[in-house]
Amino acid sequence: MDAYILSLTIFVAINVALALSLNLISGFCGQISLGHAAFYGTGAYVSAILSVSGAPFAVSFVAGGIAAGILGFVVGLASLRVREDFLAITTMGVNFLFVGFVRKQGWLGGEIGISSIPKPMSDAGMATLAWILVAATALLLVAIRRSWLGTGFTMIAQDEQAATSLGLNVGRFKLAAFVMGTAGAGFAGVLYAHVAQLIVPDAFGFVVSISILAMVVVGGIGSIYGVIVGAVLLTLLPELARFANDYKLLIFGALMVVVMLISPGGLAGAVQRLRAR
Amino acid sequence: MFHLELLTVGLIQGAMYAMMALGLTLIYGLLRILHIAHAALFTLGAYAGVLAANAGLGLLPAAIVAVAIGGIAGPLVYLAIYRPLLDKPPYVALIAAIGLLIALEDGFRLVFGPYGLSFDNNPWFISGWMIGGIYLNAVQAAIAVTAIVSIAAFTWFSRRTRAGVAWRATVTDPAMARTFGVEPDRVRILSFAIASMLAAVAGVLIGLLNNLVEPTMGSIIAYKGLAIIVLGGLGNVPGTLVAALLLGVAESFGQTYLDQILDRDAIAFLVLIVVLMVRPQGLFGKAG
Repeated sequence: MDAYILSLTIFVAINVALALSLNLISGFCGQISLGHAAFYGTGAYVSAILSVSGAPFAVSFVAGGIAAGILGFVVGLASLRVREDFLAITTMGVNFLFVGFVRKQGWLGGEIGISSIPKPMSDAGMATLAWILVAATALLLVAIRRSWLGTGFTMIAQDEQAATSLGLNVGRFKLAAFVMGTAGAGFAGVLYAHVAQLIVPDAFGFVVSISILAMVVVGGIGSIYGVIVGAVLLTLLPELARFANDYKLLIFGALMVVVMLISPGGLAGAVQRLRAR
Repeated sequence: MFHLELLTVGLIQGAMYAMMALGLTLIYGLLRILHIAHAALFTLGAYAGVLAANAGLGLLPAAIVAVAIGGIAGPLVYLAIYRPLLDKPPYVALIAAIGLLIALEDGFRLVFGPYGLSFDNNPWFISGWMIGGIYLNAVQAAIAVTAIVSIAAFTWFSRRTRAGVAWRATVTDPAMARTFGVEPDRVRILSFAIASMLAAVAGVLIGLLNNLVEPTMGSIIAYKGLAIIVLGGLGNVPGTLVAALLLGVAESFGQTYLDQILDRDAIAFLVLIVVLMVRPQGLFGKAG
């Protein structure tokens, strides 16, 4: 396969995994997070530091995901204390803090970032691994949706007070969603670091969080297949149409506005409405 | 003396934050919407100001043009984007607001170029005074004066005028206000007009202060503005003003003493997260 196509499939897979993991937090459990890129970046940085200092890839991979999940646990614990409206702002704050912190750390490469991260396998191997991660995340989401955990998430997303009065431990459910979702972002970050072999703080900035959120809402927040379609479309769009690359943020932003105005359920919501007719 | 200077710079920055955050907290109080796109009106005002000034208008007439454009554009944003989404869950309007901000910022970049515009003639930028050993340029003085005047005018408006009373009634209880003949929609349009005029004038002043108007000049302020209104206790106007000034000062000191470990723009969020851990309702919010 063409090297360009191969690397494109890897980046599509990474974005699908990111969007699916955010969908678990924001779609399933109703907790709008504007800082997903901070967890993506945590996975990338932790694994890059380990790999550069000689750790085997398997160790870096697991450590990156776990580190992101631990940060997610802490942020989730913190967000339990604040009102619903504050959550979006706190998670956004976490993203700015992450970038603002990493940028100033000499041992993390500062503005220049970390380079010459060793590539553990061929591009084809990385692509396979990336799509295995996507499949695992998607299967996990399907399994959650069918389980009592998914029922709990849905109840919280629809009416948190009702869920509490039914005796649900809302805090534990939210934490579970946060830890699983952020660990997923961490694994995606590990793959990104080892494919790109170079990471800089800005690759995990707030704009990236918003792009991931755009993929989720355009595809259809809460829908598994919708979010996959949304992530693939929005990743390929700037690649397929060169002119679209110049207008990427204009298009992403406008899509977010238009989708919210026309079909807040995204593509999946529109399909569902058409079928119901 | 050095600390006094840091304090002054911080208070002036805080005054600018206050002008932005006042609009955000007004709109949150009224609609429960986190109006992230507020920053796009700040940037729009700055561009209107620099273009009008460079077209030969004086700085003051240019600022008036910018305020007028802000006053028209703000209500349009409400009518086109937020009003259709009022009965949807809050995240819908939030996502639309983020989308609008990044689309408009990219729009500014495409129309006016990525490198920004400078004022051809910016006399306020170069003139200044030594006051008590601290150098203050005319733009900084103008920011302080404008913030004080506009916030005083807003307070007078909300306490002493009929429209202001109608506004406060709508914030407290829209249904009750309606039975007394207040049209909530008109109040909302008015609020967006006032908030956006404040944002536009803040935009012009920051454009003058940096002598540069660029497409993304509003984005950091948009996000910080949200941190400020949360710190102030969402919808609480006096709390918001105090939080804005505190943040301005914290940043100016933090930039000096924390520069080795943290970016200036991250300080607001560090303060936010620490405060929320101790007081989840914000510095001045009511518990519960």
